[in-house]
Amino acid sequence: MLLKGKKAIPSDRKQQESEYREMVNRIKPKPPLLRNILGAFVIGGAICTLGQALINFYLSFGLDKTGAGAAASATLIFLAALLTGLGIYDSIAKYAGAGTIVPITGFANSIVAPALEYRREGMVFGVGQKMFTLAGPVLIFGFVTAWIAGLIAYILK
Amino acid sequence: MKAAKKIGQQTIAFANPPVISGASSIVGPKEGKGPLGKQFDTVLPDTLYGEQTWEKAERKMLRETCQTAIKKAGLTIHDIDFMMAGDLLNQIISANFTARDLGIPFLGLYGACSTMFEGISIGSMLIDGGFANYVLTAASSHYDTAERQYRFPTEMGVQRAPTAQWTVTGAGAVVIGTQGSGPAVTHVTVGKVIDLGISDVNDMGSAMAPAAADTIIRHFRDTGRSPADYDLIFTGDLAGIGRALTEQLAKKAGYDLSKNYTDCGILIYDPSQDTHAGGSGCGCSAVVFTGFLLKEIMAGRFRRVLGVGTGALLSTTSSFQGETIPGIGHAVAIDAYNPGG
Repeated sequence: MLLKGKKAIPSDRKQQESEYREMVNRIKPKPPLLRNILGAFVIGGAICTLGQALINFYLSFGLDKTGAGAAASATLIFLAALLTGLGIYDSIAKYAGAGTIVPITGFANSIVAPALEYRREGMVFGVGQKMFTLAGPVLIFGFVTAWIAGLIAYILK
Repeated sequence: MKAAKKIGQQTIAFANPPVISGASSIVGPKEGKGPLGKQFDTVLPDTLYGEQTWEKAERKMLRETCQTAIKKAGLTIHDIDFMMAGDLLNQIISANFTARDLGIPFLGLYGACSTMFEGISIGSMLIDGGFANYVLTAASSHYDTAERQYRFPTEMGVQRAPTAQWTVTGAGAVVIGTQGSGPAVTHVTVGKVIDLGISDVNDMGSAMAPAAADTIIRHFRDTGRSPADYDLIFTGDLAGIGRALTEQLAKKAGYDLSKNYTDCGILIYDPSQDTHAGGSGCGCSAVVFTGFLLKEIMAGRFRRVLGVGTGALLSTTSSFQGETIPGIGHAVAIDAYNPGG
């Protein structure tokens, strides 16, 4: 089947490709969905619980709600950066998946990881240029979405 | 004039089969803990190997394995006529910089993970063609250098797919000569670039399997041999899924590989090492061949083997632009003893 290269006309090739895709799909293992979902729920939930505990902790120091939220976020970012630097964060993420990507800690990890990685290419073209390779798209689409939401809110007012 | 040594469509049968006179392998710590760990010449204590960057560490591995292979062949650097090497990094910097250090006339190769077998193929042609007395051919890969070039920064927290493979940290080298008592390269089947439309970069095994199967089938048709003529048939880095697909594709063409076929990507790691589908990278077939299989051939446990180096010929640019992944496979038939020598 594979060796009939000379006879290969486009429709033949399309059929070959779809036959092969079916063959691959029969053999390919499925991602362990239940395990991944549970990991994301438990570890992602634990990060959020820690966040709430931090907010309560800062509130008890007399910070107002906004201040306590900001302080808790800063603490989580610091912890995620530290764990990334110590090479622990990616080992947790292996089990947590989206559970460690979605919270603010995932954002910190996505900035610190390339910053560490590209330090060897120098401060400007290494760290400076590559630091936001992963977080950059998140920021851009975040800004655009915020801008559109703001515009809608302004029109509806 | 008809080419005297070409048989069938894609195969070369050597008149005086070139001999593998020396080989060497070096691997990283993870590979050292794998089932073949004790077979390799050197196991690195850590992935930086005393260097400032992983790229420099990869070069150092490649340089040292080249030097050891030359030494094991009982030669010095001045005896080597040509060197051929390649790796996965952009502009094959590991191979180019190693050649700068060694000072041997150099031909850089890029065949992705098939590079070692591409090198053995061309090297054998140079020898049998009478263009050289000794040729050195080598290949390397490094988990961290490949990961940062093709995927994510190493400390980035991501979940890997079950089909994903683990790039082998390691380098292998062989010296091929005109004569001696070592294993001899009798045939080479040069592969075609084949693409059956797989575009999942986390599933290289499925992308490369059609190319491997095509080369294996073509080898049998060109030589008139069958799977039973070989004690072992192995592919470079298809890992678990690619191996199963290759077996099925060959079966469709009427060749039963179920008895004596395996893949270097399966042999190098233990399932407990959490590499998912298995190993990959230029280093995968290079170290399993030089560190383990070649020794088994020399010990007489395999009399005749067929090795198929496999490569996924993609780049980050091509995959970001939505292209599918072309694959290639080069087959090298090796006899335990040189019939001519």
